[in-house]
Amino acid sequence: MNQATEQHNNTDQKEEGDFDVAGTILNHIRDDHSWHLWGHTSIHLPVILKTDKGFEAFSSSRLSDEHHQLVVYNGNYPYKQVDGKIKVMNADGSINKEASKKVFDISITKNVVSMYITVFLLIIIFLGVAKAYKKTGVTSAPKGFQSFIEPVIIFIRDEVGKPYLGHQAPRFMPFLLTIFFFIWINNLLGLVPFFPGGANVSGNIAFTLTLALFTFVIVNVNGKKDYWKHIFWMPGLSTGMKIFLMPIELLGVFIKPISLTIRLFANMTAGHILVLSLISLVFIFKAVSASAMAVPFTVFISVIELLVGFIQAFIFAMLSALYIGMAIEEHHEQELVL
Amino acid sequence: MLLEINPLVLPDPGLMIWSALAFAILLFVLGKFAWKPIMKAISEREQGINDSLATAEKVRAEMAQLKSDNEILLVQAREERAQILKEAKEIKDKMINDAKEQAKDAAGKIMADTQQAIENQKMAALIDLKNQVGNMVVEVSEKILRRELSNKPEQENYIKQLTNEIKLN
Repeated sequence: MNQATEQHNNTDQKEEGDFDVAGTILNHIRDDHSWHLWGHTSIHLPVILKTDKGFEAFSSSRLSDEHHQLVVYNGNYPYKQVDGKIKVMNADGSINKEASKKVFDISITKNVVSMYITVFLLIIIFLGVAKAYKKTGVTSAPKGFQSFIEPVIIFIRDEVGKPYLGHQAPRFMPFLLTIFFFIWINNLLGLVPFFPGGANVSGNIAFTLTLALFTFVIVNVNGKKDYWKHIFWMPGLSTGMKIFLMPIELLGVFIKPISLTIRLFANMTAGHILVLSLISLVFIFKAVSASAMAVPFTVFISVIELLVGFIQAFIFAMLSALYIGMAIEEHHEQELVL
Repeated sequence: MLLEINPLVLPDPGLMIWSALAFAILLFVLGKFAWKPIMKAISEREQGINDSLATAEKVRAEMAQLKSDNEILLVQAREERAQILKEAKEIKDKMINDAKEQAKDAAGKIMADTQQAIENQKMAALIDLKNQVGNMVVEVSEKILRRELSNKPEQENYIKQLTNEIKLN
């Protein structure tokens, strides 16, 4: 391991045959403008930028030359990819930080494509299942994919919806089911090591933050009077205590979505890092024999990740339901007597 | 900026926009065309299963009820039979008793009538006897009167003898 750390420290002075573990892993788990398929073949995804000179779009192939070295592309500004991000360069080859901040990158990246593959898959699957229900009616037993999906839906309804939302569950089931299946399928696709998968969508903090924001909005839009009362003026306590609790409770409103964001992001990223690290052992030791240990471990971790992928999707949906349930709960005024 | 230390924990706004769009599309499309019919179908199926189970339970309860009703009917029928038998026996006994009573009464009446008849006959016989005695006395008296009334002791003896004869009766 010392050797690995040393190699990591010496990444700047890279020699031929040297293997940069941290760099490789980070490169794999981070978003990218092109999707590597195999060898030197990759899909170059479109780059869409908005600057003060307006929108511009170009292929990400312009950002690298035929030797796969990153080069400057002269659009409205001279752009270059630095650590996966598109930066505006100065004439002398340094980053123009001022101009770079004004660049708003809404490119179709690897994660975006992967995410929309998931969207496509989900729509195909669930419209098909819905059609099956319409065709066979409710009197016959579920068939094919329907019989695989139905228990999962019932599981989410009975383990997530009903315990936390009670009779209000049907109102929020579409949200809970969508968020659960969206995360789950993204997690599963992330575990597939080649083309349609391999993107680390659910391990990307922007993705998890967005989903957490949906939960945040739904929680606070549906929050009942009691919910706000418990935040700003906790009933049953002395005035001093009420004032003391107010900022804490208010902070809690924001900590909830943040915890959702970080939990999913950290779990999925950790899984990817773990699998990649185990595979990297082969390159660190520079011996095929290392795979005798690395491959079984990778398989083991991958199987665990399969489980984690489901559990994290379930936990995200469950906590969302819990937060919504806390917000819409109607307290039957039970004053705390101290 | 602290967050700029590691690009991994820096949310990319572009990706956030695409994520929000993706989730919104999913929520709309699936919510409208998938979750609604699926949830409806599932709850309908569950409702159907629950209804069937409830119906089966009800039918079973009805069967049990019928069975116990039958048993109650059977017991009642048995009791009724016993009652009827008892009543019949009572009626029979009563009839026999009544008949006995009547026979006794009739016998008693017959006896009384007979006694009455005997008494009457006896009285009639006595009257007849008395009449005959009277006649006899008249006859004896005639005979005595026809005989001379000289022999006084002899007369007295004779009267005594006659009197004795009468007593014999």
